[in-house]
Amino acid sequence: MNSPIFRTVAPFLTSLMLLFSLFVLLRGHNAPGGGFIGGLVAVAALAIHGAAWGVETVRRAIVFHPLSIAAFGLFLSCIAGFASAAAGVPFMTGLWVTVHVLGSAVALSSVMLFDLGVYLVVVGALLAIVLALEEEEGV
Amino acid sequence: MEAWFSLLAGLFFAAAVYLILSKHLIRTLIGIVLLGNAVNLTLLVAGRLTREVPPIIADGLDRLPGNAANPLPQALILTAIVISFSLFAFLLVLAYRAYRVLGTDDTDRMRFAEPVDEPAPPKGY
Amino acid sequence: MIAGAADLTFLALSLPFVAACLAPVLFRLFGHRAAWLLALAPAVSFLHLAGFIAEVARGETVTGGYAWVPSYNLSFSWYIDGLALVFGLLITGIGVLVVLYAGGYLKGHPQQGRFFSFLMMFMGAMLGLVVSDSFLMLFVFWELTSITSFLLIGFDHERPAARRAALQALLVTGGGGLFLLAGLLMIWNIADVTQMSLLLSYGEVVKASPYYLAALLLVLVGAFTKSAQFPFHVWLPNAMEAPTPVSAYLHSATMVKAGVYLLMRLYPAMGGTPVWEILLPVFGGGTLLTGALMALRQTDLKLMLAYTTVASLGLLVLLVGFGSPYAIEAAVLYLVGHSLFKGALFMVAGAIDHGTGTRDLTRLGGLRRAMPVTFAAALLAALSMAGLPPFFGFLAKEEIYLALAAGNLRSILFTIVAVAGNALMFAAAFAVALKPFLGESRQTLKHPHEAPALMWIGPLVLALAGLAAALVSTAFHAAISSPMASAVRGEATAIAVGPMPHVGLPLALSAATILLGLAAYRLLDRLRDALARFFQALGPGPDQGFDEVLEALVACAVKVTRFVQPGRLDIYLSVTFAAVAAVLLLPLFLWGEAPSEPAFAWPSLSELAMLLIAVIGLAAVLVAVDRLTAIVALGIQGFAVAVLFLLFGAPDLAFTQFMIETLSVVILALVMTRLRLHASDRRPAGQRLADGAVALGCGLGLTLLLLKATEGVFDTALGDFFGSYSKVIAHGANVVNVIIVDFRGTDTLGEIAVVLAAGMAILALIRLGKTQKQSGK
Repeated sequence: MNSPIFRTVAPFLTSLMLLFSLFVLLRGHNAPGGGFIGGLVAVAALAIHGAAWGVETVRRAIVFHPLSIAAFGLFLSCIAGFASAAAGVPFMTGLWVTVHVLGSAVALSSVMLFDLGVYLVVVGALLAIVLALEEEEGV
Repeated sequence: MEAWFSLLAGLFFAAAVYLILSKHLIRTLIGIVLLGNAVNLTLLVAGRLTREVPPIIADGLDRLPGNAANPLPQALILTAIVISFSLFAFLLVLAYRAYRVLGTDDTDRMRFAEPVDEPAPPKGY
Repeated sequence: MIAGAADLTFLALSLPFVAACLAPVLFRLFGHRAAWLLALAPAVSFLHLAGFIAEVARGETVTGGYAWVPSYNLSFSWYIDGLALVFGLLITGIGVLVVLYAGGYLKGHPQQGRFFSFLMMFMGAMLGLVVSDSFLMLFVFWELTSITSFLLIGFDHERPAARRAALQALLVTGGGGLFLLAGLLMIWNIADVTQMSLLLSYGEVVKASPYYLAALLLVLVGAFTKSAQFPFHVWLPNAMEAPTPVSAYLHSATMVKAGVYLLMRLYPAMGGTPVWEILLPVFGGGTLLTGALMALRQTDLKLMLAYTTVASLGLLVLLVGFGSPYAIEAAVLYLVGHSLFKGALFMVAGAIDHGTGTRDLTRLGGLRRAMPVTFAAALLAALSMAGLPPFFGFLAKEEIYLALAAGNLRSILFTIVAVAGNALMFAAAFAVALKPFLGESRQTLKHPHEAPALMWIGPLVLALAGLAAALVSTAFHAAISSPMASAVRGEATAIAVGPMPHVGLPLALSAATILLGLAAYRLLDRLRDALARFFQALGPGPDQGFDEVLEALVACAVKVTRFVQPGRLDIYLSVTFAAVAAVLLLPLFLWGEAPSEPAFAWPSLSELAMLLIAVIGLAAVLVAVDRLTAIVALGIQGFAVAVLFLLFGAPDLAFTQFMIETLSVVILALVMTRLRLHASDRRPAGQRLADGAVALGCGLGLTLLLLKATEGVFDTALGDFFGSYSKVIAHGANVVNVIIVDFRGTDTLGEIAVVLAAGMAILALIRLGKTQKQSGK
């Protein structure tokens, strides 16, 4: 798509949506959101960018192959599951640590790590599909 | 209230089946999308409908209030949506490739795996 | 850990399996000489079992075992009484000789290791069969002997005849095994025990049960197929395609006796009823005569022996069925004697084949000078088979006539059958053992030469054993035959018959047998021609029948497959969804579970609007004729569903649905440019009607099911659980998200793995297309 308006707006839209997707991911535990939804938003963002500036631009921007990102996500989720083994509790039991950063308490957890893994899998796998199809379109 | 939505789920299901039974790959695919929605609606209705109160525990409370929506079907549906999308995407690409390779999108003429004039198995030992 | 007696016994019983694992390695290292090493395994088992002789002769039993599935009373347990012990000794003892013999027979064969591996596996299975206490283990070992027999018959798998014989043996004996399983399960149900040792005392219960006849018939099919009773006998002569050691071991001495073993084992529990005493002797007698007549028709040594084996098995079944104490004793003696002389004769046949290159009786003669040791073994074995004193066969024959000879019609009838059968077998024995050695030398393929030591040790030892057992008959009866007969009959029995002839009716019958046999032997050539014409006139036998049945089965399978799988997707799908509709609808109406009339409470305005939009979207999808309409319509229904989610307190779902619908529309748009949406549905009106009916049935079924489901009181336990604990335990306020990532996290892990797999598969499909395109250019 060669519309100049679309091309101009696309980068802003994409970065805003990506930021929003992270926000959705992180607040997911206490308000509507989570890894699945965040991931989908990110995919949509990058797909828009791809439609505006070409698939190659997106591939360069995300540095890694989408499937590598997805695989890394699955790896993170597995780690989150197996972390409980180190703590001597059953597989997938949530572990919580509170860290004080700059005076405010931040709750970190294996559950959060798991959700991050879900996010990355969704982003990676779906992005791989969408980008491949967008390319196919161009060929 | 559930009655209306039971009806809606049934309509989705019927439409999905009608499209899937078409000999036309693209219609079958659209039918599969509808089938996913039919199943999701079924799950939601079977877990009972509750208006507008999402299953989120408000600050200061320890547990979900009694009038909140049932969270379990929602969790099931959420993952089901993503999975059915993956399935749909896969089938879409598969159909596309089959179309390119076999030169047809009519399932009646796609006899690659089960040819029309398949020879009988050999006799003897 | 100190090994107890039970552990040692277990070790001795499983030694053949260990040897089966080692065999290929040993033969690669030592060539055919590895047979000497391998023979140690059965030798050790034999000695271990021989250690039980004194104990068993006192009337005790050796038991032990390890639990396997305790809830089903399934265990690796053994029960060694006189019956099992004699079988065990025969299996291991003859096993030693056969292993040595096979070492000579297969010398230089490239697949020796494989052969011995199968042979030892069979030995282990057969040993397991006779000592198993549990029904189910007995069945497992029973089928294992069928499978190893299949492997051994088909050892020379490059010949179609061997393949056919192997398959036939497997289908007949393995199929019979399934009948046996059914029979054993019925007995289990009747007596409520799973152990042979316990079953023996439940005889009255079993025989009184209304299911006795069914159970008996099922067990008999199993025993008759295994022990080659008419008309299931066809597989045994065909099994002569196997290498001769296999014929000597499996198909004369051990495996084919498994059916007889089973009958003997079950005799206390199921025997002695009128059905038993009619069916067994009739089938046994029929088999005896058929086998003996067929034997004389053959010219091939091995085939001749095979048919006499069929006849002998018939005689054994006849005796077990006859049921008098003497008959059981006779069966025991004949079984032991037969294993010794028939094993020896088979090995002789193999040695002749090895020495001359042919097994054709009409082309053999005058071998006594070239093969003196083999001739000696053949002569000894044949004299025993012919039932001449002082050989073991004579003892058996005396006992047989003692058992059968009585005044009533039944006894006279079976005596005639037995005399005729035995006379024919006498002729066959002499034909096999004497004809090739006597007379003038004939020109054969190879220059006749004596077999190597490995090949004459076996037959000679077996033949001498037959003589020795008869000479020390008192001790032999005390140690071997009497305990076995006691175990079969279930009460103490002492066998008295000795090698010295006593004047009496049995002796007269023996004499008659010998005279008849001699006459048959002298007239052998004429008899053979007459029999050949006779069987020719009878027309095709069960062997051709087997082929026809198998072909019909394949043809039937092809037809059924073509019917069930016509290869048209729309038929598969129609049937599937019609079944779904039936499953949804039928229970509602057949069992009166239809929902009561629903209360269509009026929804709110926004809900109603969304409902309508969703329905409009659906309708538009159905009637869409161009791709833009279809995509837009698909989007409409999807977004309507998303808004409905939002209205019913599911913001997460609504959000996800929005995103997914967007992506679906995007990728559909990307692909649809290639895949056209045709204006016409390509379905004729009739087809549309049928599909529509199926679709409506499905929809209606789902609606009714949902109405029925929502009618009841909702069990909120699960929702309450998640609602109560998600903040307290899992520290999350969004219960849906907590369920996904925490409570049901393992599910989610599996699901994202699926998403990843789908991504990879799709990428692979797209790449595949690209490489094809590039290589196409």
